[in-house]
Amino acid sequence: MFDFSVITQWIDQLLRGALPDAAATVVECVLIGLALLLGYAVIALALIYVERKVCAWFQCRLGPNRVGPFGLLQSVADMIKMLIKEIIEIKHVDRFLFGLAPYIVIIASVAAFSCLPFAKGLQVLDFNVGIFFLIAVSSIGIVGILLAGWASNNKYSLIGAMRSGAQMISYELSIGLSILTMVVLSGTLQITELVEGQADGWFLFKGHVPALIAFVVYLVAGTAETNRGPFDLPEADSELTAGYHTEYSGMHFGFFYLAEYLNMFIVAGVAATLFLGGWMPLHVPGWESFNEVMDYIPSLFWFLGKVGAMIFVIMWFKWTFPRLRIDQLLRLEWKYLLPINLLNLLLMVIVVVYKLHF
Amino acid sequence: MNSLYRYIVNFVKGLRSLLVGMRTTLRVFFRKKITECYPENRKKLVMFDRFRGELVLLHDSQNHHKCIACGICEVNCPNSTIRLTSEMVTDAAGKKKKVLVDYHYDHGSCLFCHLCVRTCPQGALDFIPTFEHAVFTREKLVHKLNREGSSLAPKPVAENLTV
Repeated sequence: MFDFSVITQWIDQLLRGALPDAAATVVECVLIGLALLLGYAVIALALIYVERKVCAWFQCRLGPNRVGPFGLLQSVADMIKMLIKEIIEIKHVDRFLFGLAPYIVIIASVAAFSCLPFAKGLQVLDFNVGIFFLIAVSSIGIVGILLAGWASNNKYSLIGAMRSGAQMISYELSIGLSILTMVVLSGTLQITELVEGQADGWFLFKGHVPALIAFVVYLVAGTAETNRGPFDLPEADSELTAGYHTEYSGMHFGFFYLAEYLNMFIVAGVAATLFLGGWMPLHVPGWESFNEVMDYIPSLFWFLGKVGAMIFVIMWFKWTFPRLRIDQLLRLEWKYLLPINLLNLLLMVIVVVYKLHF
Repeated sequence: MNSLYRYIVNFVKGLRSLLVGMRTTLRVFFRKKITECYPENRKKLVMFDRFRGELVLLHDSQNHHKCIACGICEVNCPNSTIRLTSEMVTDAAGKKKKVLVDYHYDHGSCLFCHLCVRTCPQGALDFIPTFEHAVFTREKLVHKLNREGSSLAPKPVAENLTV
């Protein structure tokens, strides 16, 4: 299997040969930042296109098919429109916080994005508390959303932000606990080790019942975490207009929009990493020739394929289920998901202690 | 105990109904899409029979129509879209008869209510499902529905009237 660290190390040696150490580090940081932002933007555009297509197919339509072949350039056209739109200055807003909020949201999302293991050796941040770091930075986004609602000086924005904050903080618990369940199984917090640990079978199969429950809970909580339907309460056209980003225009709105889609990618990416083996090909212990054939598929495709499948499931949720009311939403978390999750964690601990897993 | 039992039953029921919903939407996902890619498929696009595009006076192969110039359609038209011009003609037997000269139809003011077709005692009118009606001036929307040289069908009503 191809190891991408060969390429990164080659670039590293090239730079260190030509430049002093400090300069090489700076150049590398800039390069990595550029690559991340580029990947971020491209993935967001692709996701917006996919979302529109999938939504259309669920509604028996064709979706965008005019701009470019199969409408592939539609989201590029939308991006250009968004970029050249005016950012409207609104009176009586807290200008500093109002301007800061979208950047906090996007920074949190990019930081979480940089933790994902895209392929073998293709990972930006990897250290011994990687998954913990990922949960921490992805939670910063809530601050941005609350600030956006607060600084807008608009009751709809404020209520939308409060709802969003309540929702995200509640569901953070479920996400954290289901990730913790998988950490108990793997015994590590480092993302590369999490993936390496699945070389002889994905955690979803190795952990059987508790892993499956954690997987379902993670998907539900992850959907809620990204503020997507059926949990898209922060945006309610009839009650709150567009929620916390009502007052935003132009690219500031675009940042919230991008972050929403990228958060979906991150949630799907973490689901793929924790439960479906990340970039690890499908390996069945004992079937040597089968495993070898699977190894021929590049690890990047394995990761993107799994993430794509997860994203499809999340979109499937959105276009199937009716929205919840805010009390139903919180009841689902506190009365159903949280107790199930705690019991599931206990079950996983028992499974691991008595070595009942594969 | 009872409440715990209800909690679990509700949970399972809810989960089941969600899965049924997901199965339904997945079926729709793979169903044939109903979107018409209009300008590309205009050669083979078939409109619905019920679509009211344009009023026509039906003519048969001998250029006969069934309009007796009674004017009921003109009276019924809410927008005065239809205007009939007729003249009195004395036929060979010396009988006076009203004959249609011009069936004037202003497509631009028609509201497609179907009242003319429904009240026509002879069944001489119909709507056809054409829909590409865009023109540059309003005058082009005014049509004369009776064809040049057409006449009333003879008594045994002609069959196979066509557009």
